[in-house]
Amino acid sequence: MIEWAPILEVLRHGTAGAFMLVGALFMLIGSSGVLRLPDFYTRIHAAGITDTLATVLLLAGMMIEAGFTQTSAKLALVGIFLFLTSPTATHAVANAAHKAGLKPRLGTVEPPHPRDVDLNEEKS
Amino acid sequence: MGYIASLTLMLVALWLTLSGYFHNQLLLSLGAFSVGITVVLALRMRILDDESAPYYRIPRLLVYSVWLMVEIVKANLIVAKTILRPDMVLTPRMVRIKTLPASGFGRALFANSITLTPGTVTVDLDSDEIIVHAILKEMTNKSDFAEMARRCAWAAGEKEVPA
Repeated sequence: MIEWAPILEVLRHGTAGAFMLVGALFMLIGSSGVLRLPDFYTRIHAAGITDTLATVLLLAGMMIEAGFTQTSAKLALVGIFLFLTSPTATHAVANAAHKAGLKPRLGTVEPPHPRDVDLNEEKS
Repeated sequence: MGYIASLTLMLVALWLTLSGYFHNQLLLSLGAFSVGITVVLALRMRILDDESAPYYRIPRLLVYSVWLMVEIVKANLIVAKTILRPDMVLTPRMVRIKTLPASGFGRALFANSITLTPGTVTVDLDSDEIIVHAILKEMTNKSDFAEMARRCAWAAGEKEVPA
C-alpha cells in the first residue's frame, strides 16, 4: 500500500518550484534584453517579457504553492490587475516618446556581440 | 438594472476575497455599507454604464483571453530567443494598421492586446488607424493583425467583423 499524500505534496512543491524557476529565468532574459537592446522602442519589447510571461509563471508557481486558499485568489487578482494595467503603462510611455518626437531606429539593427563590448569604456 | 447588480456582485466578491472575513458581523456590515456607498456614488456620477460594468461580455472575453494567452506565450518565446542570441539581428518596423474593430471597446481591446503581446507595442491610435512598433519584421504580417482584429471584434460583441 503506497501512501499517495506525501508523494503528491512533493510533486506539488516541485511543480511550483519549476514554475517559479522558469519565471525567474524569463525575468532574467527580459532584463538582459533591456540592457542589450539598442534604443528606447526596442527596449520596451524586452520589458514586455517580464510584464507578461515571467509574471504569469511566477504567480502560477505561487498559486500552486499556496493551494486552494484565499492567498491563491488574491494572487489571481494581482495577475488580472497586472494584465489590465501593464499594457496601459507601456502604451503611455511609448506614446509619450512618440509624441515628443523620439525617432525609432528602423531597418536592420545589429547590436554589438558581447565579446566585442569593452567593459572599461564608459558609455554616456 | 443589470449594471447595478453586476457591480454590486463584483464588489462583494472583491471585498470577500481581499478581506477573508466571513463571520465577523461588524466587519461584514461595514463591508456591505462600503459596497452600497460605492454603488450609489457610481450611480450619482453616472459612470455606471456599458464601459464600467460590461458583465454580458465576460463569457466572450474569457474565450478571447485564452486565445490571447497562447499568442502571448508564442510571442514571448520568439522575443526571448531573439534577445538571447549573442549576435542578435533586429529588424524594427513602424507599421500602420487600418483594419480595426468598429466599436470603441473593440479598439481598446485590440490596442491593448497588441501591446500585451511582446514584440509589438501600440504607439499611437487615431480614428482610422493604429501605429504599431514591432521589433522583428516577421511580426508585422497584415494577416496576423487582421486575425487579432477579427477576434477582438467578436469578443466586443460586434455584428460586423472586419475582413
